[in-house]
Amino acid sequence: MRLILEVWRQDGPDAEGSFETHEITDATPEMSLLELLDRLNHQLVENDLDPVAFESDCREGICGTCGLDVNGNPHGPEDNVPACGQHVRSFSDGQTVRFTPFRAKSFPVLRDLIVDRTGLDRIIQAGGTISVDAGTAPDADTLLVTHDDAERALDFAACIGCGACVSACPNGAAYLFTGAKLAHLALIPHGKEERARRARSVIAQMQSEFGPCSQIGECALACPAEIPLVAIAVVNRERLRAGFKKGKPN
Amino acid sequence: MNAKPDSTAPEQKGASVASEIDQLRVIGRPLDGKVPEVDPRDAWTDRKLHYNLVNPNNRRKFKIIVVGTGLSGAGAAAALGELGYDVEVFSFHDMPRRAHSIAAQGGINSPRARKVDNDSIDRFVKDTVKGGDFRGREEDAYRLGEEGIRVINHMQAIGAAFARDYGGQLATRSFGGVQVSRTYYTRGQTGQQLELAAAHALSRQVAAGTCKLHSRQEMLDLIVKDGRAQGIVVRDLVTGKVRALTAHAVVLCTGGYGNVYYKATLAKNSNATAIWRAYKRGAYFANPCFVQIHPTALPLMSKWQSKKTLMSESLRNDGRIWAPRKKKDDRDPNTIPEAERFYFLEERYPAFGNLVPRDVASRNIRERIDAGYGVGPLHNAVYLDFRTGIERLGVKLIRERYSNLFNMYEELTGEDPYKTPMRITPSVHFTMGGLWTDYDQMTSIPGLFIGGEASWAYHGANRLGANSLLSCCVDGWFTLPYAVPNYLAGLLGQEPLALDDQAVQDTLKGVQDGIDHLLNIGGSHGADHFYEKLGAIMDRYASVSRDPEGLATAIGLIRELRQEFWRDLKVVGSADRLNQELETAGRVADYLELAELLCIDALDRDESAGAHFRTDHEIGGEAKRNDEDWCFCSAWEYPGAVSAKPIRNFEPLTFRAVPLQQRNYK
Repeated sequence: MRLILEVWRQDGPDAEGSFETHEITDATPEMSLLELLDRLNHQLVENDLDPVAFESDCREGICGTCGLDVNGNPHGPEDNVPACGQHVRSFSDGQTVRFTPFRAKSFPVLRDLIVDRTGLDRIIQAGGTISVDAGTAPDADTLLVTHDDAERALDFAACIGCGACVSACPNGAAYLFTGAKLAHLALIPHGKEERARRARSVIAQMQSEFGPCSQIGECALACPAEIPLVAIAVVNRERLRAGFKKGKPN
Repeated sequence: MNAKPDSTAPEQKGASVASEIDQLRVIGRPLDGKVPEVDPRDAWTDRKLHYNLVNPNNRRKFKIIVVGTGLSGAGAAAALGELGYDVEVFSFHDMPRRAHSIAAQGGINSPRARKVDNDSIDRFVKDTVKGGDFRGREEDAYRLGEEGIRVINHMQAIGAAFARDYGGQLATRSFGGVQVSRTYYTRGQTGQQLELAAAHALSRQVAAGTCKLHSRQEMLDLIVKDGRAQGIVVRDLVTGKVRALTAHAVVLCTGGYGNVYYKATLAKNSNATAIWRAYKRGAYFANPCFVQIHPTALPLMSKWQSKKTLMSESLRNDGRIWAPRKKKDDRDPNTIPEAERFYFLEERYPAFGNLVPRDVASRNIRERIDAGYGVGPLHNAVYLDFRTGIERLGVKLIRERYSNLFNMYEELTGEDPYKTPMRITPSVHFTMGGLWTDYDQMTSIPGLFIGGEASWAYHGANRLGANSLLSCCVDGWFTLPYAVPNYLAGLLGQEPLALDDQAVQDTLKGVQDGIDHLLNIGGSHGADHFYEKLGAIMDRYASVSRDPEGLATAIGLIRELRQEFWRDLKVVGSADRLNQELETAGRVADYLELAELLCIDALDRDESAGAHFRTDHEIGGEAKRNDEDWCFCSAWEYPGAVSAKPIRNFEPLTFRAVPLQQRNYK
C-alpha cells in the first residue's frame, strides 16, 4: 500500500513547528500505526535524515507510553484503541495519514510527537495515593471487599495514564483521568480512610493545570482502557462529598 | 550435596569442544553467597536478626540511588523513603508507572495457604526449586515464600484491587506447574495493578520529599571507587546532558535482558545497559544463558512487526496445537482434513498433551517450524485451534474464558480465532540470569544492590508462572529495605563521593567519549540494522535448543557483527538533544557484548538445565542435568577488556530441604 504521511516536526517546547510530508510505498494492512512510523524512520535514517521522535514502549496497549493524534483523533481512527493497536488497514491506498502530538496546553511538546504528560503524575502526587507504609497492612483476608466493588474498582483502575482523554477534550480537561483514580481508591478499604482529603488535594491540583469539564464525552470515546464516562461525574461527586465533610479526612 | 564446580567440559563430547571453551573463558574462584548456615527455613529470620540498623535520626544522612521504577524499583524506593532515607530515583520513562512490570498478565503467587488444598511455604519452595531445575538457591525461595504472604496484604492496602469471591475474601486461581491454588490476580492485568500501586506509593514519597524523581534519565555507567559503588552517570534523554550523581549505595532495578534477542515479548525500551555497564565495572553476571522462551506468542507477520506479543498460557487448556503434515501447506487451515493434521504435542506426550511445560512445548513447536512445517505468510508459526474446544464447550463458555485474549488477537491480526485457528510461535520473554547477588541482594561490588529481574535470584534455570511479580515485590518491599541499611550502617559519618573526585570525572569522561565515539563512526547503517542481525543469530543458535557447534558458530558471528557495528554504524542527529537513534545505538552496543557472554555461558554449561536445553545432553527429549559437575551458579567476571576471556566464578548450590531429582513429564 502507498500512504502519504504528514508528520509534525518540532525541535523543542519553544521552537516553531511545521508539517513534513513523506511517502511510504510498502505499507501493509497488518502494520500498526506505530510500525508505520518505524518504517518511515528506517527510511529517513537510511537517507541520512532525522527520524521522527515518537514514544512507545510495550506495544500491547497497557503501558500508556504512546501518545499521538492521527488525523486529529487521539491514538487513531478507531475508538477506544491505543496507537499500538491501530492499524494501517483502517486506511485506503493513497490516503494521507497525519500524525500530530497530543494536543493540550498542559502537554508541552518536547520534540516532534513527544509531549510532556507529567502533569498527570502531579495529580497522583497531590494525593492520588494511599498512606500505608510497607509492612504495616493488616491481613488482606480480614478486610472484606464485595466481589462487585473489587470489579468496579478495576473498571476505573484500568486507566493506562496515556492522556488521550486530555487530548480529546476541547477544554484539555483531565476529569476522566482524575475521576478514575478517585473512584478506584474510594472503593478500596484503605482508600476510604482519606477519601475526602484526597478529593480536595487531587481536584485542586487537577484544576491548577488542566481545563474545565463541559461534559462533552469525547474523553471516554478516545480512552483505550474504556474508563466509563461516569468517571467525570465522580470528580464532582467527590468534590461535593468532601465539602460536606468540612475538613475531615475520610 | 556439594558440587564439584572445578570441572571443565566432560570427555564424552570430544576434545574439540573442551579445548574450544578453554579458548573462550578461564575458570575463577568459588563464591560465598553469604547464606546463614542454619536450616534453610530459618535463614531469612537469622539473617535479619544479624543485620545492622540505622537510627531513624541518621537515616536522612544517607543518600541512596535507585535506578528503575518497575515493581521492585518503585517498591524499594518507596520503602526506603518511608523509613526516612534520602532517595534519588531514576527512570528513562516519562513517569514511573510506565515500567514493563505493568505488562504482566496472569497473577502473583503467595503461599498464604488459606484453602484446604494443602499448600504451605515448604510446598511453594519445592515447586519453585524444582521448577527452576535446581539451579537457584533454596534459601532465596524460602524468603520468597515467607515474605510473599505479607506482599499480598501490602499491595492490597496500597491500591491493588485483587479479585474477590462473593463472600468478600481474596480469590485465587491455579497456575502452570503447580497443584494448589495460590495465584492472586486482578483480571488479566495483575502486573498493571501492582505496578500502579507501587508507582503511587513512590509518588507519595516524592510528595513527602524523601524520594526525588528524575524521569527521562538513562543510567550509562556506575561510579566505583575504593571497591565500592558510589554513584552513577546518567544522560538526560531530553537535553542530552550527561551528569554524575554520587550516593552511599546504588540499587539497580532495571529489568531483564531478553531484548538481546531483538524481538521478544518485552517492551521496546527494556534494555540491558545498566546491568551490562555495572558488569563492566566489576559486578559478576550470573547464568546469562538461562532465558525463558514462552511457547505461545504471536508470530512475526511482516518485517515491520515490532514485537511478539504474548498470548496467555491458559489458552492451551482448551486449544489444540497442530501443524500440517505437509511442508509449506498454505491452504486455509479449516480446509485441511483431520488426517493431514499433526497434533504433535498430543501424540508425543500423551499424558500431558497440550499442557506440557513451557520449555517442552516451545522446543516441539520450534522443531516443527525448523523442519519446514511452519504456517502463516512467513511459515514461522503453528496453529492453536479452538474448534474442538468450541464443539465440546460451546462458543459461550469459550468466550467467558478467553474473550479478552481472543479480542486482543483479533485486534492485532485482524483474524477471528473463533473461526480460524490462531497462529502462535515461541518467543523469549523472561531472563532468569542477571547480575550475581549474595543472599542480601548485593552484587560482587559492595554498595551495589539489585532488585527484580535484573538479578539472578530465585528462579534458577526456569521461572514458574506468577513468581516474577512476587520476586519483584519481595525484593523491593521486604528485602532491600532490610539489606541496604545493613550496608549503610558501616558508612555513618561519611559524605557521598565529591563530584570533583577523579573517579567521578573519569567515569563521566568515559561516558562522554563513548557517546562521541558512537556519533563519529559515520558509517552507513542505523543501529537497528545490526540489532536485527544479532537477533537472527541469537534466535538460530541460542534459543530453545542449543548445541556446542552452533554456539561456537554464534560466537564467531557475533564478534564479526560487533566489528561491523563499530565500523559501519550511523547515528543521525547530535548528542545535545532528544535523540532516539543514539539511545538505540548505545543499547545495541551493549547487546553485542552481552550476546557473546550468553553464548559462552551456554557453551560452557555442559549440561541441560531448565530452559537451557543442550541437544547433546538429553534423555528421551528431556533436559538432562549433570548435578555431579554443574550444580552451581556461574558468575562471570569482566576481565577488563571485551577481547579478553571472561572469568567464570561459581557459587556451589546445596539442597537440603528439596532433594535433587530429575524432572519427568512422561
